[in-house]
Amino acid sequence: MNVPIPVVAGDLSAGDSLPELVVEVTPTTVVLGALASRDWRPMHHDYKFATERNGVADIFLNTPNQAAWFERYVTDWTGPLGRPGRMTFRMRDSIFPGDRMVFSGVVTETTTDEVGCSWAALEVTLKVGDRVCSTCQVRVAVPANSDDNPWARRGDRWVP
Amino acid sequence: MSDHTATADLPEDIAALIGVSQYPITATFPVERGYTYNTLAATQNGNPLYWDEAVASEVTGGMTALPTTLSLWMRPHFWEPGAEGEQVALQVHFDLKARFELPEAVMTDNTLILHDPVRPGDVISHAQVLRSVSGPKTTKLGSGRFWVIDIEYRNQDGALVGIESYTGFGYRRDSNGGAS
Repeated sequence: MNVPIPVVAGDLSAGDSLPELVVEVTPTTVVLGALASRDWRPMHHDYKFATERNGVADIFLNTPNQAAWFERYVTDWTGPLGRPGRMTFRMRDSIFPGDRMVFSGVVTETTTDEVGCSWAALEVTLKVGDRVCSTCQVRVAVPANSDDNPWARRGDRWVP
Repeated sequence: MSDHTATADLPEDIAALIGVSQYPITATFPVERGYTYNTLAATQNGNPLYWDEAVASEVTGGMTALPTTLSLWMRPHFWEPGAEGEQVALQVHFDLKARFELPEAVMTDNTLILHDPVRPGDVISHAQVLRSVSGPKTTKLGSGRFWVIDIEYRNQDGALVGIESYTGFGYRRDSNGGAS
């Protein structure tokens, strides 16, 4: 294929680490992320609502935007052929303006399913300082070799 | 999904809703490429799959929306003619807040299972299913209940494009207005 293929299944092993991603969070990060996901709830753009009604420290990153950050982190690593199949995350603490998000990840398992699709299971952690804000388990399809394209799978050949 | 969300002894009207498909809705606007740029910009995502038509054509047979934007295509406009009050996504979540008189809520867990790619021009439909409601719980935010709501998304051809599950915590802050 004529696209970058930084990750191929055969080169992966459990325990491999993904490069860290560091992001400085500003009010714009939070508001832009909320509006990008069409989330108009005030705790994601209204400081007084977040602090006085919700009782939290500031406006905070919304759920779909956090999912999009996890997707970006994973596909930065896989390249465009990486196809997310499943993502589960638990938000233990909120992300606020002024926070410095640090994403890190590790390969926990590599498998090939019954229809021949190669998968990497990842454990991704989102921390601010020593605070673990979210943990995310990702199942992402990766090319088995340079001729394989997980995005070509449809119907019964795609089992996320 | 969460150990704190097992269905507890519930009021009959809430128990009757467990497993029931509610609020089937078809989006009033199609998936659009222009709006996906907002998510790409918000997350500084340079994946060429979403910026380079040649790459998109070679890899996925054309432009697609980021998989994690699934829910945005079903979120209501903040205002539209004829609508009264705040227009909200995930109506079951707000129904539970009202039913249990819990003025605040946050989401704690999210699962996305991604099937067929979503493409510009697709019109997405979904329905919400309440899976569980916990008994009363107290966290640092306040006292309330956890609940799990599943959403199944399909395109205009009926093809499954994704399944999403949210765990929400509806709560009331303690009488001191602080953490309990």
